Amino acid sequence: MSAARFYQTGTFAVGNRLRDPDEAAAQADPGRGNAITKGHRACQGCGEALGARYALDAALRATGGRVIAANATGCLEVFSTPFPESSWRLPWIHSLFANAPAVATGITAALRAQGRSDVRVVAQGGDGGTLDIGLACLSGMFERGDDVLYVCYDNEAYMNTGVQRSAATPPAARTATTEPLGNRPGNAFGQGKNLPLIAMAHEIPYVATATVAELRDLERKVERAMEFHGPRYLHVLVPCPLGWGSAPAETIEIARLAKETGLFPVLEAEEGRVVAVSPIRRLRPVEDYLRRQKRYAHLFADGGRPEVIAQLQRIADRNVERFGLLDEPQQGSDGQAARELLDVLAAAERGPQ
Amino acid sequence: MFEVRIHGRGGQGVVTAAELLSLAAFRDELQAQAFPSFGSERMGAPVVAFCRVDEAPIRRREPIAEPDAVVVQDPTLLHHVDVFGGLSPAGHVLINSSRSPSQLGLDELNDRHPQLVLRTVPASRIARERLGRPIPNVALLGGLVALTGVVTLAALEQAIDERFPGEAGRANARAAHDAHTYTLTTMEHVGTADA
Amino acid sequence: MRSQLEGSLGVARMVARCRPQVVCAYPITPQTHIVEALSRMVSTGELAPCEFVNVESEFAAMSVAIGASATGARAYTATASQGLLYMAEALFNAAGLGLPVVMTVANRAIGAPINIWNDHSDAMALRDCGWVQLYATSNQEAADMHVQAFRLAEQCSLPVMVCMDGFVLTHAFEPLELPEQQLVDEFLPPFRPRQLLDPAEPATIGALVGPEAFTEVRYLAHAKQMEALDAIPVLASEFESRLGRASGGLLGPYRCEDAHTVVIALGSVLGTLEEVIDERRARGAGIGALAVKSYRPFPDAELRAALAGVSKVVVLERAFSVGRGGIVSGDVLAALAGRELELHTVVAGLGGRAITRASLHRLLDDLDGGRLARLEFLDLERDVVERELERGRVHQRPGPHAESILRELGIVSAGPI
Repeated sequence: MSAARFYQTGTFAVGNRLRDPDEAAAQADPGRGNAITKGHRACQGCGEALGARYALDAALRATGGRVIAANATGCLEVFSTPFPESSWRLPWIHSLFANAPAVATGITAALRAQGRSDVRVVAQGGDGGTLDIGLACLSGMFERGDDVLYVCYDNEAYMNTGVQRSAATPPAARTATTEPLGNRPGNAFGQGKNLPLIAMAHEIPYVATATVAELRDLERKVERAMEFHGPRYLHVLVPCPLGWGSAPAETIEIARLAKETGLFPVLEAEEGRVVAVSPIRRLRPVEDYLRRQKRYAHLFADGGRPEVIAQLQRIADRNVERFGLLDEPQQGSDGQAARELLDVLAAAERGPQ
Repeated sequence: MFEVRIHGRGGQGVVTAAELLSLAAFRDELQAQAFPSFGSERMGAPVVAFCRVDEAPIRRREPIAEPDAVVVQDPTLLHHVDVFGGLSPAGHVLINSSRSPSQLGLDELNDRHPQLVLRTVPASRIARERLGRPIPNVALLGGLVALTGVVTLAALEQAIDERFPGEAGRANARAAHDAHTYTLTTMEHVGTADA
Repeated sequence: MRSQLEGSLGVARMVARCRPQVVCAYPITPQTHIVEALSRMVSTGELAPCEFVNVESEFAAMSVAIGASATGARAYTATASQGLLYMAEALFNAAGLGLPVVMTVANRAIGAPINIWNDHSDAMALRDCGWVQLYATSNQEAADMHVQAFRLAEQCSLPVMVCMDGFVLTHAFEPLELPEQQLVDEFLPPFRPRQLLDPAEPATIGALVGPEAFTEVRYLAHAKQMEALDAIPVLASEFESRLGRASGGLLGPYRCEDAHTVVIALGSVLGTLEEVIDERRARGAGIGALAVKSYRPFPDAELRAALAGVSKVVVLERAFSVGRGGIVSGDVLAALAGRELELHTVVAGLGGRAITRASLHRLLDDLDGGRLARLEFLDLERDVVERELERGRVHQRPGPHAESILRELGIVSAGPI
């Protein structure tokens, strides 16, 4: 997981301005690829635009600028290419809704036939294009072992078409097709469709989840993914102010709350096994997350639906337990960071030497 | 044009037989067209394959409704499928059986069409002897060559060699040769007397 | 080199000589032998450099071809029937993006009812998707058309489908002439893409186009097919001079010069039709046949010219438009607009029913005798149909048509419960 380096500067202040340049974010580099440049038509506060920019610039940096992207139909594709303009500064193709993984497979096959496997391929799509209509192509790409990094930007509904429910829509969320009318809680409670777990079941080299609250972590996971060859899957939670009914300025904070409540586990897996979990720093009750979004307003209005909130809390609790989201990291860089912090604090306690 | 229709069951190499015959015709510098009846390919189901041989390029693409020769790879089809449908009155019939046409209940057919040249050859037995497996298709082609001369035996042997590599080819060629000799021998009998 | 081989294998070997760099396919009867052969050639290294991708659906097959073609690789796939429909969205996409993918369609009927045998309903259902549609009348022509197809596709930036009758051509064993690699190379140079996904020169392919520009972009697709109309005969002519035989082109007239009756058809039935024409000509009939080889783009002017002096036209179709009648006859009528003539649509050979010389003679006798309807279904068992319609009128729950008709024809042996 991400390592935050802390440097004592003779005071109790900590900061990472003295980090090594290559530990800096890709976004911090004025010479960054700028894969998706300004001028696109995304909504104010769009989590997907933010996530895509970080993810693709990280991919460009990791590959020396040699990336081709295949994009499914969806918000990202629509707001980034209003003909005759395009925000994309890397080679980019949009074909159909359901076929981004297959198009990406075709691109890698062409590159291999041409002896240009140094050029890497990123496929991307939203939750609808990935979990629903594109799942067959995604599974085929996984199974064949095609060298593609697939990034799913999950805003938990079909946002581009007006906020309809997808397989990724969480229980109790309001969408245009899951309105909380009568007894309905909003979207029905089911078992969901956990695509990171499905990807892990395919035992592909690398699977990770991330949010736009930890952008350096997102970058690092893209870079990590690029160290592998074969199919890799990255699932990024990207709040949608319009669809979620949240304030545009709070996109990052809401993403953080998704993680900190346990509703969105942040982890990495290799060949089907979880190898790292980003622990929750300060566990929050799900209410703190739900209250910030109008898509859950019906859970609080008119006396509220405490039993529904309790059900959602149980889901969060189950995630915490199942993925060890509160466990002390035994090893790995987060543990290292924690130990370093403890060392710093212990030294501070001892006073200046 | 000479049109051959081959009847058998799935798994007996009926389609291969038609293809081999067309290959042999090619070797004889004739034009040939072979194709199956395109049923679902389940083992044991009745199948039909066709082969046309001509000196001029063959243009028609319909199933052979009026064959000049009929090969029956499986005698259980005889009273079950209309294997003789459309056969020209002076046509040729070769049936895979160690029994005579009379024993197969074909006297009536012979009586109705006295010009028919109808022979049986124990192709499965020959195949078992030569190949170790009772797949009669190639042997029957040897018999067909003897019966009709549609292609030369040499061309058939070339086609076999091309299609079946190594020992399988040689064994199949021997089977074809045996059936060829057997059929020639039965041809020496006048009419369709019991072989 | 001349050999006796299966049509599918001939096509596969010819496609291999076209040096495809990505072959991606999903199996469906009756195309399987083509892609199996290509797979083998890639595995042995006979076809290299080439990536063979086993995809999980036909939709994926065309999508992989799209990605590959956009990355500058010569891409090929093959399908039929249901598979063609399953990739319908991707077909429109490939055409709309102007990607020069070449595909073999082993024409097969579309269900329901499910049927694995030959007719043209698959390709006809996608006649408007923007692909060039060529119909081969023989296996030699099918093989030859693929070479011309790659050249045409890359020249015009249009995808091209080569249609060949499933089973009737794909599974027929016949003599084929396959040219040496060098001859093919001389006819078909390496692919030079007009748009390319390349990190060195980034491009955006597949943007959203609104009302302000959509019409113009779509018109270009039509304009390119009109260019193809000019290019197809030129390529056929070059093919003939380089490889020594006539293959492809827009139309294939047979004894039309002084004909007053012409039968128009697509695909392999032309072989049988030519024999019927010869037999009738020998009896003094002024009859000819006309093969439509380029169905899209449709050669209006050439068709008009080929039918000069013709007073009776029979359009023999292996598909039909439910609720309307003929499909190709609509195109023919439009091409002949203003001409006084008698036009009949004969729907024949659906779902693999053989079109025989005998039935063609009967049909032409009926035409001569004034007994042929404007829309005729050849060899239709009218009484079977009438009885099934009657069942529907009488029974509350008559059950599926297919089952009761098959039972009537004695195909299904189990009786009703």
